[in-house]
Amino acid sequence: MSEALINKYFRPGRLPHIWCPGCGNGIITGAIVKAIDKQGLAKDDVAIISGIGCSSRASGYLDFNTANTLHGRALPIASGLKMGNPKLHVIVVTGDGDASAIGGNHLIHAARRNIDLTVVMYNNSIYGMTGGQYSPMTPHGAKATTAPYGNVERAFDIPELVKASGATFVGRGTTFHTLQLIDLIAQGIAHKGFSFIEVVSACPISFGRQNKMGGPAKMLEWQRDHGVMKAAWDKMTAEQRAGKFPIGVLYEDNNTQEYTEAYDELIKRAQGGK
Amino acid sequence: MKHEFRFSGTGGQGLITAGIILAEAALLDGKLAIQSQSYGPEARGGSSKAEVIVSDETIHFPRVTHPNVLLVMSQEAANKFSKDLSKESVVVTDTLFVKEVPGFTGKRYDLPITHTATETCGKVLFANIVALGAIVALTKCVSEDAIVKAVLHRVPKGTEEANKKALKAGMDLIKNHK
Amino acid sequence: MSRILLLQGNQAVVEGAIAAGVKFFGGYPITPSTEIAEQLADRLPKVGGKFMQMEDEIAGLGAVIGASMAGCKVMDATSGPGFSLKQEMLGMACSAEIPLVLVNVQRVGPSTGQPTSPSQGDVMQTRWGTHGDHWLIVLSPASVPETFDITLRAYELSEKYRCPVIILMDEIVGHMREKIVLPDDYSKIPQAQRKGPSKKPEDWKAYATDASLVPEFAPYGTGYRWHITGLVHDETGFPKGTPAATIAAQDRLRDKLMKHLDDIVTVENYKMEDAEFAVVAYGGASRSVYEAVDMARKEGLKVGFFRPITIWPFADKQVKALAGKVKGILVHELNDGQYVLEVERAVAGKVPVHFYGKYDNESATPEQVLAAIKKAMA
Repeated sequence: MSEALINKYFRPGRLPHIWCPGCGNGIITGAIVKAIDKQGLAKDDVAIISGIGCSSRASGYLDFNTANTLHGRALPIASGLKMGNPKLHVIVVTGDGDASAIGGNHLIHAARRNIDLTVVMYNNSIYGMTGGQYSPMTPHGAKATTAPYGNVERAFDIPELVKASGATFVGRGTTFHTLQLIDLIAQGIAHKGFSFIEVVSACPISFGRQNKMGGPAKMLEWQRDHGVMKAAWDKMTAEQRAGKFPIGVLYEDNNTQEYTEAYDELIKRAQGGK
Repeated sequence: MKHEFRFSGTGGQGLITAGIILAEAALLDGKLAIQSQSYGPEARGGSSKAEVIVSDETIHFPRVTHPNVLLVMSQEAANKFSKDLSKESVVVTDTLFVKEVPGFTGKRYDLPITHTATETCGKVLFANIVALGAIVALTKCVSEDAIVKAVLHRVPKGTEEANKKALKAGMDLIKNHK
Repeated sequence: MSRILLLQGNQAVVEGAIAAGVKFFGGYPITPSTEIAEQLADRLPKVGGKFMQMEDEIAGLGAVIGASMAGCKVMDATSGPGFSLKQEMLGMACSAEIPLVLVNVQRVGPSTGQPTSPSQGDVMQTRWGTHGDHWLIVLSPASVPETFDITLRAYELSEKYRCPVIILMDEIVGHMREKIVLPDDYSKIPQAQRKGPSKKPEDWKAYATDASLVPEFAPYGTGYRWHITGLVHDETGFPKGTPAATIAAQDRLRDKLMKHLDDIVTVENYKMEDAEFAVVAYGGASRSVYEAVDMARKEGLKVGFFRPITIWPFADKQVKALAGKVKGILVHELNDGQYVLEVERAVAGKVPVHFYGKYDNESATPEQVLAAIKKAMA
């Protein structure tokens, strides 16, 4: 990342970050900043709201209107903030545990409302900050400190979950495919409605080691070898798809009314207009 | 002068509305009033009660402890809500539903309340207003003017005339009572 | 001009909220507070405000915190089970100093308890519900008109001291209908103001304070790009967890209220002038006490009634003074003995403190309170 971008969008004195060597969080946070820059948004008009976890620490480093809230609760707070000031571009930074476990109910309901938030879920398949417990995104069979015999649970297909809940923009990227990731987040920000971007990321320390993934570079190569562009994915057979996952814009609906706009119309109706 | 009223019957008979109307009529007369009600499982189809206290002086305790008037519009309510009556209490019953008021030997007005609602307004749902008319005529706790105003303030648009008729029919039940 | 109305306590909260300039309500329906949500859903859009029924109780208070960050006056309303769920959010609002008003219309607990029956079993939870040392303000109305006034007061205090204010109600005051006189025009009611930034963004620190110990607030999106966190933080707002920083943060959160007790704490003294014995009660339980005191007076007993209106911070000074004036105190609560513990602490053995608790789903009758007074005085 260029020094100019760092100086422009990161808070002086807040770096270095707390993330481990090889962690994907820096790549994703960099992609968010580049997407904001690409969209040409004024810093005063952007809010970054996070929950609790490694990824959620990003809000403190970034020079916007920011909040590092409670575990799982970034979405209700972000929803209230958006309702309080609909002009703000509200970006929610969250992890897989934060968004899909403790915050899972908020996730499906924020999606259902189609409120104009951009959610970037850093998916490192594990609870990193607490040292490697399994999350709802930990693959079946993978090891975790709370799954010493392999994860007995199955992981969410989170884009499908969020889409089924009513989100109108759903994408998935990886920390390997960074240019695509910047583009996905930029599209999510531009989209008027609930946008959700899952970012497949690496936690070499808390997930990689337990699962013998071979270190940060190997984990990036794994992303390269398993992420398949949506267009190619659509042409693949079920056999070809096994073990892989699609990346890119997975779903987009530009015809459903956004929540704060719908509420503004409700106010007009309540005040006697049409 | 302090009047304590308890209206009881079955959920859906409009007794809470009747209580609110009576309390609002008292305010229109420049008196003080408090209305409270029992909620809970018994308010869902089971027995229901609304209480109103009307007084010229400050009312602190909002619950009825010495009912001057008990209205009972179901036998279950008559059994359940008559325990704290005194000899001075007056009980108004709806003859369609109530056969006895256990243990009560004081003054009783057994009135065809629901029957009158059907006869004068064509619908049982005016029974609460008929009962209200009877109780106002009986106690004179609020003025006729105030109760008419309060009824018209609360009832749905288009039902004003029917409600006025129901109120008057209720008052007549007392005037014609022997 | 004014209007004479017959309103429920819950409706008086709604009128107070509209009069105070509330622009956002987030919440979840729960008996016996639901009327507040229902009526604000109707009223708020008419004044350009917004109502959100959230997916759960936690999200209700979360949305309220978010809207307050945008600078809105906000409200949430709940009852026991929901109040329990909101505790973590409440702690964040204390720590990050987010103004908000949360109404708790108490019901019988624990657990589902008796949803439609009166209780005052949450009085200690309002003080110590969230984890960690924390300070907030709790007000408890005893009548419908007072509920309106207290709702306005809640916004004054919440905006002024940047802390959550809980309106602690109960089923008695929440549901009963009583006479209230309200102004026709709320636009003349003074609006509580959050203190805004006095410096340019580059010179401003989010949690720096003057002698008031209350920091300035810059609504999100107004050019002050600051950071909110539930982590222990210093005056910059960024996490700092050293022992010294933690003590400084905690002390300020405490002192910003404790140094302004004369402004925050209000009590009512009823027939206390010549009283030799005092009853202490609050909220809906007060209604039986006024009448019991009147009855005792008629019998020649010199009994008075001391009613804390501000429940927390505790009226320490006033209760100590009370202990110096009367020969005995009876605390009456609709629970098995909670606030009485604080009264005992403040009285510190100076005079006997008796307790009359009622926890059978019904309020005490005035006769029952009178009997308890006589027993305590004997």
